[in-house]
Amino acid sequence: MSRHTLSVLVENKPGVLARVAALFSRRGFNIDSLAVGPTEHHDISRMTIVVNVEDLPLEQVTKQLNKLVNVLKIVELDNVQSVQRELMLIKVRTDSESRSHVLELVNLFRARCVDVAPDAVTIEVTGTTDKLAAFVKVLEPYGIKELVQSGMVAVGRGARSITDRSLRALDRIA
Amino acid sequence: MTEQMTGAQALVRALEHVGVDTVFGIPGGAVLPAYDPLYDSVKVRHVLVRHEQGAGHAAEGYAQATGKVGVCMATSGPGATNLVTPIADAYMDSVPIVAITGQVASQLIGTDAFQEADISGITMPITKHNFLVTEAADIPRTIAEAFHIASTGRPGPVLVDIAKDALQDMMEFSWPPVMQLPGYRPVTRPHSKQIREAAKLMIEAKRPVLYVGGGVHRAGASAELIELAELTGIPVVTTLMARGTFPDSHPQHMGMPGMHGSVSAVGALQRSDLLIALGTRFDDRVTGQLSSFAPHAKVIHADIDPAEISKNRHADVPIVGDCREVIGDLVTTMRNEHNEGRRGDYSEWWKLLNDYKKTYPLGYEEFADGSLAPQYVMERLSAIVGPDAFYVAGVGQHQMWAAQFIGYENPGSFINSGGAGTMGFAVPAAMGAKMGRPDATVWAVDGDGCFQMTNQELATCAIEGVPVKIALINNGNLGMVRQWQTLFYEQRYSNTDLQRVKRIPDFVKLAEAYGCVGLRCERPEDVDATIRKAMEINDVPVVIDFVVHQDAMVWPMVAAGTSNDDIKYARDMAPKWESEE
Repeated sequence: MSRHTLSVLVENKPGVLARVAALFSRRGFNIDSLAVGPTEHHDISRMTIVVNVEDLPLEQVTKQLNKLVNVLKIVELDNVQSVQRELMLIKVRTDSESRSHVLELVNLFRARCVDVAPDAVTIEVTGTTDKLAAFVKVLEPYGIKELVQSGMVAVGRGARSITDRSLRALDRIA
Repeated sequence: MTEQMTGAQALVRALEHVGVDTVFGIPGGAVLPAYDPLYDSVKVRHVLVRHEQGAGHAAEGYAQATGKVGVCMATSGPGATNLVTPIADAYMDSVPIVAITGQVASQLIGTDAFQEADISGITMPITKHNFLVTEAADIPRTIAEAFHIASTGRPGPVLVDIAKDALQDMMEFSWPPVMQLPGYRPVTRPHSKQIREAAKLMIEAKRPVLYVGGGVHRAGASAELIELAELTGIPVVTTLMARGTFPDSHPQHMGMPGMHGSVSAVGALQRSDLLIALGTRFDDRVTGQLSSFAPHAKVIHADIDPAEISKNRHADVPIVGDCREVIGDLVTTMRNEHNEGRRGDYSEWWKLLNDYKKTYPLGYEEFADGSLAPQYVMERLSAIVGPDAFYVAGVGQHQMWAAQFIGYENPGSFINSGGAGTMGFAVPAAMGAKMGRPDATVWAVDGDGCFQMTNQELATCAIEGVPVKIALINNGNLGMVRQWQTLFYEQRYSNTDLQRVKRIPDFVKLAEAYGCVGLRCERPEDVDATIRKAMEINDVPVVIDFVVHQDAMVWPMVAAGTSNDDIKYARDMAPKWESEE
């Protein structure tokens, strides 16, 4: 199995997320991570889907996704040729003794402390999956009280945009 | 020019504009506003069925007999959920239908209102696309989009769920609307490089087979297929969904492949070195155990749906496109190749195939007690009624016998539920076919198990003046299940005997109760006369209760999950493949 990052441009309409999610579950594909949000065009939303599949099933899932009428475009983003980020908020147990150690780790990982309480701090950190995993590992000894993480978002490097052509298709009907 | 009207009036007007002449359905609370203007339409005939499932299958039968989009209509909640089975059926067999359902008023959606069901959510995985309409102004555009999606690309079912207030509100109607489907672009033109590559393989091959599926008929490419087959001399197999797309009487026809296919068709695929798969999807009922299916063959796979290509079996030459264009291009390219002196030599292949055909023809056992063999009924039906009729089958043994023992010469003349295997398909689908093609003779071939699932539509047929004919193959059992119990469950007939105590119901009386003519036939010597009598009755539906022997089995058979090489042409009788060496 290998991890693949799919950027899926969809029409910004009700029920599209349900269609995409239902397709994955019906065809037996597991989603590792999913992030949905608006794009620079108000009629288009962008999903970033990380799946853990072999190449052949990936081809099948891409083809099935393409058959959804609300799906405009699918691009697989290569790990090297794209910038990939996840956001995590972690609440770590701290007291007067351990707080400075934790804050040192926050600085080392270029994370940010976003809330402080007498017995805990909440940290915001962004990065790749590997960086976040490493950060969680070093915080574990202090006691993680709560952890929440976004799906991955990704964008290709360089000047090219994957939305250009889809925008033109939308402009034609507008 | 725009015109003020209600959403419901706009719906009926839109249906008229897209060319709908027949709608099958049942009214109810949420869809009532639509039924009022429908009452006035002179272009759209609404057929009041007895169960929404019947409406859905009738729309499928209509669509398959006419090539147009079939339409069914139901109210919200249970009306809509009763359409789920025919929608799933149409999805599996790529039948173009549009289902229109009423939905509770938009402000009630999500409140668990009376007769509320999330039908767009429910049908998401079994429709090509679906819509929930909550604004009257969106109705014409949505109807145009629904018919466009259902009928183009790979055909399929589309559901349009319309909230009651959208039907009642006033709107400005204009036609044609502008469709907004930026993500829907089916590819119909095949890539010329792939066509050339396919032609090259076809010339190099020693043992090619044209493996033809339902997509060739959906594309209306029967004539092109015959041309390609005759031009190249390549043998043809037609799947269950493609029966009639290539004439059964044609010397190059090897029969139907698959679980109950002929030895010659299965043998041709297994020994092939090149499958030219056209509009077919390597279904498990054709391939048997996938890993041992056609083990020596390269694959050219042409389909309008890219997701079918290399889904089950790797395609060496994938071709995305409409089968009519693909086959047309193959004909042109092959003709050019022939003119250049390049031509395939399949003479050795034909020696082997003709041997299979001669040695293992389709056959069946007669019963010593003089009772009726179902296969004999099919043979006589085929001989007396002929190939110009439509034959509409349910699902099970009778369906397989109808596929095997009736001779099909015309594309689309065999209508059945292939992918979904929906028992109860035949009666309503035959009704829909007959309404679409009133000039044609339509025979339903049904089993007694299937028949009892949807026979209430006989009332619709009788009242609406739809004189279908029904050959009921009555073995008193869920025959196909019983056959598996015979073969794989030590003759433990758990819950397959439908007439355990006595013959209930009396199908002749049941037919009569529905205003049809009921006939019964229990002996081989009466078969011809009974069929002829049914052929003479053209004002009301006819049901013939053919009481057949319960031990008749469908052969040949490839047991589920086993290799096609292990096909049996009768119990414990396997063909000898060695004759090829």
